[in-house]
Amino acid sequence: MYESKAVISIEALRLGDRREFARLVDAYSGPLYRLALKMLGNASDAEDALQNTFIKAFQHVDKFEGRSSLLTWLYRIASNEALMLLRKRHPETIFSDIPLEDEDDKNYDPVQITDWCCLPEEELLSAEARTILDRAVEHLPETLRIVFILRDIEDLSIQETSQVLGLSETAVKTRLLRARLRLREELSSYYGKRLNKRSKE
Amino acid sequence: MSANDQFQCKSLLVFLSDFVDGNLSEELCQEIECHAAGCEHCRIVVDTLRKTISLYHECADEPAEIPGEIRSQLFKTLNLEDYLEK
Repeated sequence: MYESKAVISIEALRLGDRREFARLVDAYSGPLYRLALKMLGNASDAEDALQNTFIKAFQHVDKFEGRSSLLTWLYRIASNEALMLLRKRHPETIFSDIPLEDEDDKNYDPVQITDWCCLPEEELLSAEARTILDRAVEHLPETLRIVFILRDIEDLSIQETSQVLGLSETAVKTRLLRARLRLREELSSYYGKRLNKRSKE
Repeated sequence: MSANDQFQCKSLLVFLSDFVDGNLSEELCQEIECHAAGCEHCRIVVDTLRKTISLYHECADEPAEIPGEIRSQLFKTLNLEDYLEK
């Protein structure tokens, strides 16, 4: 998980110290903005989610009990803000009315079986490939997307991810596996084509 | 693929995340590695899944910073303009 070098005084925040709030914003806005951007897919919505996150954090700092880290607490607020904004602005993209855990596992069986790992690094991380990587995350249902972002992009542990989202560790693991399998399919489809193209060249 | 292979492939899927994260017992890891060594289908699924995750890790290793104008706007909205200078 991202670790800020700045040591923030919770006591000062509780006393309403503005300078300390400014230090908090600088220490944590980077990872929180990235989370919002990956979750919402556009800079303007991500900016709104980031602002709302800090407004809520300022309002509720007295409720921060220190049982989790400050960043985990902020991730929780940011995740809720991003999900709320997503539901408000893009209700058509919401998939999660069916409890995911009840969904048939068969929907996640691997289909694309191409070994593209041998592609050179500059091909795997080309500008075009990075767009595909981002788009693949955007295509995930939001309940899988948030788990994947927290665990595999923000590098939280399974336990921290479950704390942030208020889910059991089993639910986090199920969703993470499904997210990873879906991304693997989408990347396999893209890199498989690249592999084909290279072999013809 | 025989019925027995299909069963093994299916059970591998359940443990896949924990396997690539290194969270399985040594015994279970060996069992999966042994199966994947003889099953091209599962070997590719394991390798490409591991690569998928590592590509996202590599992208995330780049520092997460907010653009300057978003930071300025954020400080303004939060009434923190006095502290805009770092």
